Amino acid sequence: MKEHLIFTGKKVVRMALLLFCVSAAAFILVSVSPVDPLQANVGQAALGSMSREQIEKLQEYWGAESPPVERFFNWAKDFFRGDMGISLLYRQPVSKVIGEKLQNSLWLMMIAWLSSGLMGFLLGVLAGFREGSILDRIMKGYSLVMVSTPAFWLALVLLMVFAVWLKVLPVGLSVPIGMEAGSVTVLDRIRHAVLPAVTLSITGIANITLHTREKMIDIMESDYVLFARARGESNWSIVKNHALRNVLLPAITLQFASVSEIFGGSVLVEQIFSYPGLGQAAVTAGMGSDVPLLLGITVVSAAFVFGGNLMANFLYRVIDPRIRRGGAWG
Amino acid sequence: MEEKKIILDIRNFSVSFHQYEKGFRKTELAVIRNLDVTVHEGEMVAVVGSSGSGKSLLAHGILGILPYNAVMGGELWYDGELLTEERKKALRGNEIVLVPQSLAFLDPLMKIGSQIRRGKKDRESREKLDRIFAGYHLKKEVQELYPFELSGGMNRRVLVSTALMGNPRLVIADEPTPGLHMDLVRRVMSHFRELADEGAGVLLITHDLEQALEVADRVVVFYAGTTVEDAAASDFQSEKTLRHPYSRALWRALPQNGFQFIEGVQPYVKNLPVGCPFGPRCQFYTEACKEEIQSREVQGGKVRCTLDLHTGR
Repeated sequence: MKEHLIFTGKKVVRMALLLFCVSAAAFILVSVSPVDPLQANVGQAALGSMSREQIEKLQEYWGAESPPVERFFNWAKDFFRGDMGISLLYRQPVSKVIGEKLQNSLWLMMIAWLSSGLMGFLLGVLAGFREGSILDRIMKGYSLVMVSTPAFWLALVLLMVFAVWLKVLPVGLSVPIGMEAGSVTVLDRIRHAVLPAVTLSITGIANITLHTREKMIDIMESDYVLFARARGESNWSIVKNHALRNVLLPAITLQFASVSEIFGGSVLVEQIFSYPGLGQAAVTAGMGSDVPLLLGITVVSAAFVFGGNLMANFLYRVIDPRIRRGGAWG
Repeated sequence: MEEKKIILDIRNFSVSFHQYEKGFRKTELAVIRNLDVTVHEGEMVAVVGSSGSGKSLLAHGILGILPYNAVMGGELWYDGELLTEERKKALRGNEIVLVPQSLAFLDPLMKIGSQIRRGKKDRESREKLDRIFAGYHLKKEVQELYPFELSGGMNRRVLVSTALMGNPRLVIADEPTPGLHMDLVRRVMSHFRELADEGAGVLLITHDLEQALEVADRVVVFYAGTTVEDAAASDFQSEKTLRHPYSRALWRALPQNGFQFIEGVQPYVKNLPVGCPFGPRCQFYTEACKEEIQSREVQGGKVRCTLDLHTGR
């Protein structure tokens, strides 16, 4: 029990440090960015026609006057109290904006995360079990091509084929254009999420397939599989009793570590499909110098990715008997 | 003594590997050639050879678990019938069993009990395992442990237990006592001796002549992939009753016989000399040794040499 407490304590401290560093880095980057918040958000022409007092008022609103370090710590202090600030662009509390966007994104990311994990695992196990077979070679070739394909390019190709030529799926957004929010059905939402989710999954599947396959090959060449075979265990028995057990551990780590990749990929994909998710909001916030929103998104995503890795660590401790029962290994 | 039935008869067995050299040239690497071993029921035969002589491949060949790029030659007879790949599949783990050299051959994530039972949960297998464990003085709780939790004293008995889940008539022990203390070696060997005394044939594959002589009935000396001599264990009591120069060299290398070693090293399979593989290191090397040498029966044993040291012919 004490061990678990120490483990959890260490992780909490590490998470706090990480979040601090990530938000500081993000803040420094926006501070040195050449984007003038006034010009970016009010527009060159409008800025020219404003009076000096109006401009000063605006500058105060954007906080362009006070020194950066002071601004950062002001933000951090409020954040610590649970106040993430007001988004300058959306004119709404940051927490509310993030909540809305995250809902859209989560739905997308969950589909991509689960399907890439399950499919990747299945394909990897199949390919690795029969290394060198035709199935394995097809799978490996496909995965290598897909891993080397940039997600944004794949997104464009899918967009062209399914939305422009075949016209079976919408070009973008998360709900049909010009429709009242109340009359949007679940089916509409699914139809709009298909293309971005598929794009995200395809690259994810390839990655997980390749890793699982590699691990599976190691297992099939291991002494314990050889011995199982010598003891007359059938192929199915070897897969069921030994291969799955042993390949599942690294697969779990990989699955939770891939949260970061899905998160990163979603920024690009959402941008291309104009999908109003967290990724797109991050881009908008960055381009528009909306510091509170950008920092808020940065911290939330960092926490997510950290949470993913933490889950992997934690599950490992629960599942692997060498760590669970042999203290020396932990 | 009545004539015991031959359980395993290996005739002119060979294993070679396909390899691709420098890109595309396909070569065949013969790791085992001209291997002859017979094992009778109730008999313990030790195949003794130094490390890297391809001994494990013999075990894998009998069980049909050689890697896919290996090619087998010669004939394997089991219980009077040719041992085909189909028969191997049907018999392994049941009549023909392997006792591995270390815990690395057990799945690290599967509990000992269900692993030995091969995942079976029926009452019969449970009771059988309980009996086997009781016979080896292993507590029932050991079944709930994972391989990494076993103590050094337990793991040998656990490994031997894996062999008993079937109804073994041929037990193959591949280097079952690597780096163990002599007391422990004796104890492990006694387990195999028991199996032989109960009627199973035991094929012990080892690099340790000393421990082989402790328990085995017969010793087959293996050098660079070839069996050079097949002798009764009692023949090793004196150098004079041994037939092959390499067997004599092994005998002289035993601690009690002066720890003498001979010059040179066992050749790598790629650079084997034509004819007798031991030739270049042998004091009796002649032109006749450079040809294919047939195995001869001499004084109740077999030798593959142009000269029989025992009779001087």
